[in-house]
Amino acid sequence: MTLKVASPGFHTTVQDLGRVGWQDSGVPVSGALDPLSLRIANGLVGNAPDAAALEMLLMGPTLEVEAESVRVALAGDAAKLEILGESPRALLSHQSVFLSRGQKFRVAGLASSACAYLAIEGGIAVPPFLGSASTYVRGGLGGFEGRALRAGDLLPLVRDKSPERPELRLRRAPEIDRDVIRVVLGPQDDFFDEANIATFLGSDWRISRDADRMGMRLEGPTLAHKAGYDIVSDGIVTGAIQVPGSGQPILLLADHQTTGGYPKIATVISADLPAAGRRRPGGTIRFAAVTVEEAEEIRRAQERDLAKLLASAETVMQEAIIDLGALYSANLISGVVG
Amino acid sequence: MTIRFLPSGDTALVVEFGSVVDRALSDRVLRLAAGLEGTKGIVETVPTFRSIMIHYDPLSTGFAELKSAVEALLGRDKPIERQAKLWHVPACYEGEWAPDLEDVARRTGLGTAEVVKLHSEVRYHIYMLGFLPGYPYMGDLPEVLRLPRRIDPRVKVPAGSVAIATTMTAIYTLESPGGWHLIGTTPLRFFDPAAERPAILSPGDAIEFEPVSPGEFASVKRAVLAGDYKVQSERLVL
Repeated sequence: MTLKVASPGFHTTVQDLGRVGWQDSGVPVSGALDPLSLRIANGLVGNAPDAAALEMLLMGPTLEVEAESVRVALAGDAAKLEILGESPRALLSHQSVFLSRGQKFRVAGLASSACAYLAIEGGIAVPPFLGSASTYVRGGLGGFEGRALRAGDLLPLVRDKSPERPELRLRRAPEIDRDVIRVVLGPQDDFFDEANIATFLGSDWRISRDADRMGMRLEGPTLAHKAGYDIVSDGIVTGAIQVPGSGQPILLLADHQTTGGYPKIATVISADLPAAGRRRPGGTIRFAAVTVEEAEEIRRAQERDLAKLLASAETVMQEAIIDLGALYSANLISGVVG
Repeated sequence: MTIRFLPSGDTALVVEFGSVVDRALSDRVLRLAAGLEGTKGIVETVPTFRSIMIHYDPLSTGFAELKSAVEALLGRDKPIERQAKLWHVPACYEGEWAPDLEDVARRTGLGTAEVVKLHSEVRYHIYMLGFLPGYPYMGDLPEVLRLPRRIDPRVKVPAGSVAIATTMTAIYTLESPGGWHLIGTTPLRFFDPAAERPAILSPGDAIEFEPVSPGEFASVKRAVLAGDYKVQSERLVL
């Protein structure tokens, strides 16, 4: 009972909501870059929100069902789940789909986000490391053998078959992307004068091409420190924006180290971490400051919205999905598959 | 310096006791970490040299609530008790196990035996773990052994290397790049992903190095690999 990896995509890893509780031992949290979409994908197949799923970056994998049946859902991107074979079809994301042994499916290039998530009903059967299935590739820890998937891998599943039942589909696509990413200034904003804070908040930053799960370098005007850029190492939270001596900020993402020695001018609020994690290399990013109280309120509102979105998902019969899929196959992606 | 409460987004709060590496500041950090155990809404705490990062769930607590909780703890008359362990760590300071020892001796104007003696007679305090999983930043190094980092960092430092730089000493827990001076190697593993508790050291623990010969190194290493070695430690209540 596995998914066989015919082609791994660009960088596909097992992730859940992260490995918390071990940062005082120097073990990074890791976990999904876009935790909202992970939770949505899990919700659509009836998993717990923190179940392990596949995170794909930029280009998804091609997988073959080597179990009696599976139910999967793709979330996080406008890309389609393409079912290959004699009667190929493509399904919109944000709905579940039931597949049987021998069926091959893939997610080609991602369209609107840097990352997307494929949840499998029952979950992925990788041994938890320190309580989490998340992969920390740099340390070779967790997930599937501590690394990204490769062609030929057999990804173990918890279940050999999924029950037949109507599928679930979101009534509207989640609104995660934002033009402006909100931050709380600090913890070391006092290393910068007002003019440099204004430059930080007033500029469009280009996301470097080498952005990865650890972080993204931001290219733009050079930020000047008031006096020195070395601080005595302190804690780092996901979303922290540190400014090393080069004056070019680095936005730290899921695989960031637990501590560091550069001043952190601002920190992305938790509600906007998914939007930040979805930004693609080469794109631009812009920030606006809110207070910590505002950030906490925004996050609570986001949780309410997510609960509503998932609760309002509609059930659809598999046949309806297939018909819809056939339509897409004929009109939208002819020549792409099969 | 007064205590500062610094937000790090809406999921972490930094309580900063000072701006330098200092044993008294570290002690306050570690006592606060002990006192915060079990506080509602806290996900985890990360003690560092002179501050602590409190990671929290903004859906069950908030910056203001945690700040009050910390102030209440710090306002107590009696200091918060904290527990720690003293670890006895064998290390070989000879030959291939000590690639930079002669260089360190030259730079400090000491003999190699003197460097080893000075390094191994200190009870080190673990300020924090970081850089690599399980990697302990320990101090304080005797003044005569304090050197800047190497100008040419190594691409690969073997796991187990005992290293020094500035006021600190450390153990490389995994093979990694590194710029510290390698003056010894321990046969022990301080980060073992297969173990129930992969990192055995905790911030606030203490370490004493015990020089061993290459022969003793080899026999301890064999025992470690066979799973027959128990690291010697004692409990400390501070």
